[in-house]
Amino acid sequence: MTTHSTGLTTHSTGLTPVSPGRKVKDRLVQALVYLAFALAVIPLVSVLWTVVVNGAKRLDLTFFQFSMNGIGGRDSGGGAYHAIIGTLEQVLITSVIAVPLAVLTAIYLVEYAGNGRLGKAISFTVDVMTGIPSIVAGLFVLALWLLTVGFGFSGFAGALSLTILMIPTVVRATEEMLKLVPNDLREASYALGVPRWRTVCFVVLPTAMTGIVTGVMLAVARVMGETAPLLLTIFFTKAINNNPFEGPQASLPTFIWDQASDPNQNSIDRAWTGALVLIGIIMLLNLIARFVARRSAPTGR
Amino acid sequence: MSSESGVETRAAEAQVGARHRATGARMSTGRAGDRIFAGAARGSGIAVLAIVAAIGAFLVWKAVPALQENEASFLTSEEWNPNATPPRFGIAQLAFGTVMSSLLAMLIATPVAIGIALFISFYSPRRLAAGLGYVVDLLAAVPSIVYGLWGLAFLSQHMEGISKFLNGALGWIPLFGGDSPGKSSIFTASVVLAIMILPIISSISREVFLQVPQAHVEASLALGATRWEMIRMSVLPYGRSGMIGASMLGLGRAMGETIAVAMVLTFVPGINWQILENGGATFAANIANSFAEASVNGRGALIASGLVLFVITLVVNMAARAVVARRKEFV
Amino acid sequence: MAKRIEVSGLHAYYGGVHAIEDISMTVEPRSVTAFIGPSGCGKSTFLRTLNRMHEVIPGARVEGKVMLDDEDLYDSAVDPVAVRRVVGMVFQRPNPFPTMSIYDNVAAGLKLNGVRRKGRLDEIVEESLRGANLWNEVRDRLSKPGAGLSGGQQQRLCIARAIAVQPQVLLMDEPCSALDPISTLAIEDLIEKLKTQYTIVIVTHNMQQAARVSDRTAFFNIAGTGKPGRLIEIDDTSKIFTNPEQKATEDYITGRFG
Repeated sequence: MTTHSTGLTTHSTGLTPVSPGRKVKDRLVQALVYLAFALAVIPLVSVLWTVVVNGAKRLDLTFFQFSMNGIGGRDSGGGAYHAIIGTLEQVLITSVIAVPLAVLTAIYLVEYAGNGRLGKAISFTVDVMTGIPSIVAGLFVLALWLLTVGFGFSGFAGALSLTILMIPTVVRATEEMLKLVPNDLREASYALGVPRWRTVCFVVLPTAMTGIVTGVMLAVARVMGETAPLLLTIFFTKAINNNPFEGPQASLPTFIWDQASDPNQNSIDRAWTGALVLIGIIMLLNLIARFVARRSAPTGR
Repeated sequence: MSSESGVETRAAEAQVGARHRATGARMSTGRAGDRIFAGAARGSGIAVLAIVAAIGAFLVWKAVPALQENEASFLTSEEWNPNATPPRFGIAQLAFGTVMSSLLAMLIATPVAIGIALFISFYSPRRLAAGLGYVVDLLAAVPSIVYGLWGLAFLSQHMEGISKFLNGALGWIPLFGGDSPGKSSIFTASVVLAIMILPIISSISREVFLQVPQAHVEASLALGATRWEMIRMSVLPYGRSGMIGASMLGLGRAMGETIAVAMVLTFVPGINWQILENGGATFAANIANSFAEASVNGRGALIASGLVLFVITLVVNMAARAVVARRKEFV
Repeated sequence: MAKRIEVSGLHAYYGGVHAIEDISMTVEPRSVTAFIGPSGCGKSTFLRTLNRMHEVIPGARVEGKVMLDDEDLYDSAVDPVAVRRVVGMVFQRPNPFPTMSIYDNVAAGLKLNGVRRKGRLDEIVEESLRGANLWNEVRDRLSKPGAGLSGGQQQRLCIARAIAVQPQVLLMDEPCSALDPISTLAIEDLIEKLKTQYTIVIVTHNMQQAARVSDRTAFFNIAGTGKPGRLIEIDDTSKIFTNPEQKATEDYITGRFG
């Protein structure tokens, strides 16, 4: 092997510093990458700041105690009591339907499906569901529940559309958690003669529980902020409707939408306060979910 | 350590349960329980399948009557008058607005999102990485109605200046041309969408970067690569299909986004290629905006347009997943 | 173009863990120095401090001095990137860049250093592949991916990649442990050939290999789990294997532990 020092003479002189061109490029990329992160933080801070500053104006007791019944856009006062009730009821119904369905589906995928055709088809479907635009979920409930079956607008119809959006998130989160449960645990249980369903219910699920709870809370936080499907399913009302099964209901997101579309400052203030309350609940759910997840990580170690 | 003892107690519980059953109940209860439980799990899975199938079926079913009444070409017409008699509506403008705003959003968001993913994976101090990732995820937790509100009250006010600047500097490019750059333009909508899809693109890219084998990273570092050269030689080639897939998933997300777009865009009829000018419409925003005043036929027309949106996002998402899955070839 | 390495008072840490303690030694140029010792004794960690690859691991740090002739690798003015250019490394598992062709793998380091002319690149790629005893096997498929080669060929490709940038020192971290005996022999022959030009340091689990290829051998050991690794002794290979100074070395060589 000949030495090829011509043209590479710098090499023989030991620790020559990296050429300035390379160094500049390295630094430039570093700067760009920091800038990219800043570009993500700026809107986040700006959004939160605007919401807090504008939302604080109407963050009073009235806002939580009264509905918009009989209050016009120009009037001051009024509140989102009806919307908060609506959102809570809708999200509760959504969870009651979506969580068991999603958890059972995840159990099927992880514990039963193996490599079978059905499992693959369902898994594919869950992927499809993840990508369904929320407005399409609303249109579907509109087409099925309202136009075909003939029911009217209601909180329940809204919950049905949110269910479609919640299922895939919970299925995926649960699947992840179930996969983390070590197989030894299942085998130990089978070896003791425990039937499969008891193994799943009393060994596997409890082990994965905190992870599943985290996933559910994040999913709830996500669907709680959905507006589009609700516009088509719960419609609008300014009054309190405690019955989610009958008649139009309000919700926080549609309340914000409604108030923001009115040009009067009093309305816009109410929209901001609605946004502040909504974001507050969602962030709280997120924080609790992270806290639960951190307190007891589902894996060993 | 705690989990190990947890395993033990659970195994013990299971043992107690097993003994209980062996003495108390007959074997068949276990069998029956198994059958019921497996059936429930399987049934739920099938229900999920059925829901998605039903979405397609019902949208088609409820769209057909309106499409039959339609006097204009559904695919090529730019007008949207489904409530008129005779109804005339077409999706050309909606499709244009949706595709244009989402593509732009993807183009704006992808480099930034990959930059964020690189920052968190390779530049930030290791101890902060998880926290910084959480900050970016918070962007995803903000509901779209809030982005809409913010976009309307804050961003679009600033976009006017930016749009005027772009119009002045790049006006010779037809896309940035036009006489009256405004604040409620497709461009403004794209910026809002870009912010909204940042988290998904960056979190998938981060996942891909996490999977880059340490051996490849060390191979380039040991050759005397700088950090950027290491990323270029070892990280980006490995993560390429993952990043492409991630940005396509972002594209799908942007196409279906409704409320934020509905709030910042001002509807002006007709396709306008000059994206800095006010006006434009997307499938989703149009549905949200027109639903309240829609007649029976109008609802059918909206369902038809939603069906098209469903199909487009489906295709984009499936393609994206196929691309993301391809990276497994390397391993 | 080979250089002498002089290490003095070197400590390495992983976060709060003290991995190796107070190591001082001299590595002679144009010779092969082997590091042997039981698993976890810090020999690989020490090897990675010689080209500042240790600090790539988050939380890892190094104290002490490593002189390459008259330059301290850990001087604050020294860029680790420059160190790694001069001190090449071959890893335990062959790690060619999976997306690059055989040619591009060898040329990767050269391109980093600004060699762009096609003719010049061709020349050095061929020389390096010949130097790594791989040229005859791959000359007609240079544009194929490096990942398609056998394990032993991949490892020689990695050696070619390392020597293409003409380092002063070549570090090898158990380069044969993932290879079959025939490939191992090929690599050992190659080491024999390369030592006429390079300072070579090789970590090995295999004492016969150390005896076969090295001129000097260093024995590392730990006092117990959780304790830092230490250099027990370094001497001519023949002396270490026949008449070591330390009892621990003798015990290890004769297979009484480890």
